Formats: sequence, structure tokens, C-alpha cells
Amino acid sequence: MIGFNVRSTWAIYTRELMRALRTAFQSILAPVLTTSLYFIVFGAAIGERMPDLGGVGYGAFIVPGLLLLTLLSESTSNASFGIYMPRFTGTIYELLSAPVGVAETLVGFVGAAATKSLILASIILLTATLFVDYSIAHPVLAIGYIMLVAASFSLFGFILGVWADSFEKLGIIPQLFLLPLTFLGGTFYSIDMLPKPWDTIALFNPIVYLVSGLRWTFYGTSDVNIWVSFGMTIGFLILCVGIIAYIFKTGWRLRD
Amino acid sequence: MEPILEIDGLTKIYAGGLKALDDVQLTIKRGEIFALLGPNGAGKTTLIGAVCGLVRTNGGTIKAFGQDLTKNWRSARAKIGLVPQELATDMFEEVGRFVAYSRGLFGLPSDPARIEEILRSLSLWDKRKEQIRALSGGMKRRVLIAKALAHEPDLLFLDEPTAGVDVELRRDMWKLIGAMRERGVTIILTTHYIEEAEEMADRVGVIRQGKILMVDDKAAMMARLGRTEAVISLVRPIAELPSSFADYPITLSDDGTELCYRGGDGSGKGKADVAAITKALTLAGIDYDGIDVHESSLEDIFVDLVEHSEGETA
Repeated sequence: MIGFNVRSTWAIYTRELMRALRTAFQSILAPVLTTSLYFIVFGAAIGERMPDLGGVGYGAFIVPGLLLLTLLSESTSNASFGIYMPRFTGTIYELLSAPVGVAETLVGFVGAAATKSLILASIILLTATLFVDYSIAHPVLAIGYIMLVAASFSLFGFILGVWADSFEKLGIIPQLFLLPLTFLGGTFYSIDMLPKPWDTIALFNPIVYLVSGLRWTFYGTSDVNIWVSFGMTIGFLILCVGIIAYIFKTGWRLRD
Repeated sequence: MEPILEIDGLTKIYAGGLKALDDVQLTIKRGEIFALLGPNGAGKTTLIGAVCGLVRTNGGTIKAFGQDLTKNWRSARAKIGLVPQELATDMFEEVGRFVAYSRGLFGLPSDPARIEEILRSLSLWDKRKEQIRALSGGMKRRVLIAKALAHEPDLLFLDEPTAGVDVELRRDMWKLIGAMRERGVTIILTTHYIEEAEEMADRVGVIRQGKILMVDDKAAMMARLGRTEAVISLVRPIAELPSSFADYPITLSDDGTELCYRGGDGSGKGKADVAAITKALTLAGIDYDGIDVHESSLEDIFVDLVEHSEGETA
């Protein structure tokens, strides 16, 4: 039977957002504070002494990368916690016994995680204006790209939350893989600045394409072609949706 | 009465090879209270999980409300409620919001009046603003019941609903279950308290090692398998039973001081037999100074059934 239960989706979505408000310091204030510290140290303090990169001041140059750093980590952790906690506490029984399918669950959990990330992104961009002078060349595309990245990594986080069977595992991927790859993905530099062969090796880091794509929407310049970045992000999103559809079809880690 | 749930050939084998459900056949009638009894690990929770979508099965079919559950799971699940055995709650959530969420999750529009009615019926209204972590175990159990009722199910599963709750709360829950039945809700409950099944159930099923051993009306089961035991203490020992007692299932103790009756069928025949025996004793001039009568309970029948089946499979 095909259908989409709007009320169920809304119930999941609003509950997840309320959960974020309940933990506002951890969910919203902490990442904003951390990112602000980056802006102060690397943007305002060190950035003043750095040369322009591709005609963009260093402080402004790192804005898209830092924004992406927060987007990736928060989207992933919000969505992974969102589905892991019901599994951990046992309240997942209610979701599994309710008349909701993969679409409602995804829109509810992933939509809420992505919404939280977009709220964070807005606050961070506003906060950044206090420390660095930046502008956005393609604001509509920037918003679209931010939404795409937030959705993709919220889906990724959802998969992580289903896969993890301990809090330790929940933290492994974001801390040991996502964070280093983001730092090495051109958040603080252009990959043109890397010596050979590291500039080529860097292209194997998928985060490079995300940072580069977002930076293009801000300043119109990027390390890699914008369409390649866009294609990579869309591809990642489709892959995540496919994996989640498989999870729901087989009940992997959800149903006994 | 038309069936609300039809289970046919249901089998579940867990990854480790444990056969939790073995070709289960079960039909639940609309409007009844059905008690599913069985020892720990018998398959009760797995059976409930299979119907509610928590467990993937290896074979068999489940029809709810006359429709195949695998094809019409959305419409069926919207009408099924579950109170799980575990106290699974979101500790930091407020009671009222947690219950209202369940209604939305099952696709129903917000209805504060209905939520208030449910919370009041479970004595939770005064706790609606409290975080669940502040509640006692019994109150948490009530919250789970409130959540299961929030979407007004036609078929309600109660998996050990009174486990770990005090006697007073247990009695309250029995009243609540009775009230739900009055409203036409079909209830399937598992319990370790046999008196609970005896008190409330219309029909009883016994499951062991994933197999349904017996399903019957409670009254019919007790009539068929129930027994009366009576021990009559004689004032003076007798050497042998008078011939007038030959038609009764009576034995005389070795020292000749006690008559032991073991018979009847749970329908009152045993008591009538004991009355007739005492009259015959008086007529025969045999004095007695004590009668100890025991009617077998559902618990006795359940223990006999399970032990008997253990003997068969040993």
C-alpha cells in the first residue's frame, strides 16, 4: 500500500525539533560558540596577516569551509542521535508499530536534523559578520547548496544512528573520519597551495568537493568545477537514500 | 463472532537458530479479552512483535481486520495499539507531550480533550507536566498504556501490563481493561499473574517453546481440565471403603483416617460429589471431623499443561 502520512511526519519532525530546543546549549549555542572562536582566531587574528586567496581576504575565504565544518558535524550528529536514542531507550517500538514507512521516517527525522543545521548555518553566517567582511555572490545557489549538504549528511547521520550499537560507535565516524577529512578538505586553505603530489591526493577526499562547491557559491571561484561538486553531493544523497531504503526493506538493525 | 486477527502457520527463527514461533495458528475474536499464557521464553512477546511489526517472520500469514497485514500494514497498524513489556520511555520528555506525540505518530489530528480524558482515566493528569524520569515504575507503566490508547486502537496488545506494579495499581488496570472492553476494544494480554487471566479473560491460550498448546474459552477450559480435591478426616479409622462409594474417585489413606476425593470437572460437579459423599458417610454411620476442599485454579491447569508438555518433549 502506497501512502504518505503527513500527520505522522509532522509529529516526528516537531518532536525532534523540540528535542533540540530542550538541549539548546548543546545543539545550538555550543557549535555557534566553537565556530565563532574559529572566526576570531583564524579570521580576525591570523587572517589579518595572511595574503588574499584568489582575490578573497583570508578571513572571508574560510567562512564557507567553517560553515561546512559545522553543517557536516551537526547534520550527522543530530540525525544519528535522533534515531539512535529511540533504539537505545527502546522507544523505537512505537515508531516501528506505527503506520509510518520509510518516507515519513526520513522526512521526519532527517528533515528535523536538516532544519536544525540550517538554523545553525544562519546563526553562524550572521555571527561571522561580526568578525570578518564577506559577501555571497550567488545567494540562492548558496542556500540551495547548504540545504543539499544538510540533507545529505542528515541522511548519512541517520544511517550511522541505525548502524551504531554503542555511543562509542556513534562518535567514531564523525570524530575519526569526518572531522579530519573536513580539516584536510580545504576548509582553511585552497588545495592549490598544497605541494605535489598532495594537491592530487587531496582530490580523493570527497569533502574537498563540498567545500569547493560552497566556496564557489560565495565567491565564484573554486578548486574544482562547481558541477562536479554538485554532482558529487547529489550522488552522495542518492546513495544514502538507497541505503536507507534497504535498511527499511530488510529491517536491518531495526527489527528482530 | 467475526475474527479480528487470524494467524496461520507463523514461524520465527532468530539468527542464532532459536525457533521462537513454530507454526502458530491463532484466531482472536472481535471484542474479546484473550490471555496468552506461557513460561519465560515461550514466544509470547515474539508473537506480539510479529503482529505489531517489530519482528520479521520466517513464514506464515497474519490477517488483521480481515486483511493481509503485509499488504495493508498502514491501515491495520493505525488500529493496533501496543503496551510493551519493557518500560521504554523518553526520560526527559513531559508526560502530556509524550502521550500526545503518540496520537500524532499514528496519524490522528491533535485532540487535547481526548488526551486529557485518557490521562485522567489513568490518574496521570496531575503529572502531565512532569518529566517521565520523575515518575515511579507503576506510573511509567500507566504512561505507556496512555500512549497505546492515544490513537484509540480497536486491537490492543498488553505485554505483561502489570509486571512490577503494586496490587492497587494492578486492580486499577483491571478496571481500565474492563472499561476498554466495554468500548469494544479487543484485548490480547500476556501475563505471569494467572489470577489476572482468570479474572479478566474470555479465552485463554497457552504457548510453550513457540507452539500453541491449547486455546479455549476460560470457562470451558476450567470445566474440562479443572478438578476438585477434598480430604475428609475421619473420627475413627476404617479398614476399607463401603461399597456405596465405589462410584466415586475416592481413595483411603493407609492408616484409614482420611478419605481423599480427586475428581469433578471444574464446573461444580466435584463439589456436588463431595456433598453426596458426606451424606453417604453419615448414612453409613462413619463420623468425620474435617473437610478440606480445593478447587483447581487456572494456575493449576496452566502448570499441569506446561509440565505435561515438558514431559512429552523431554
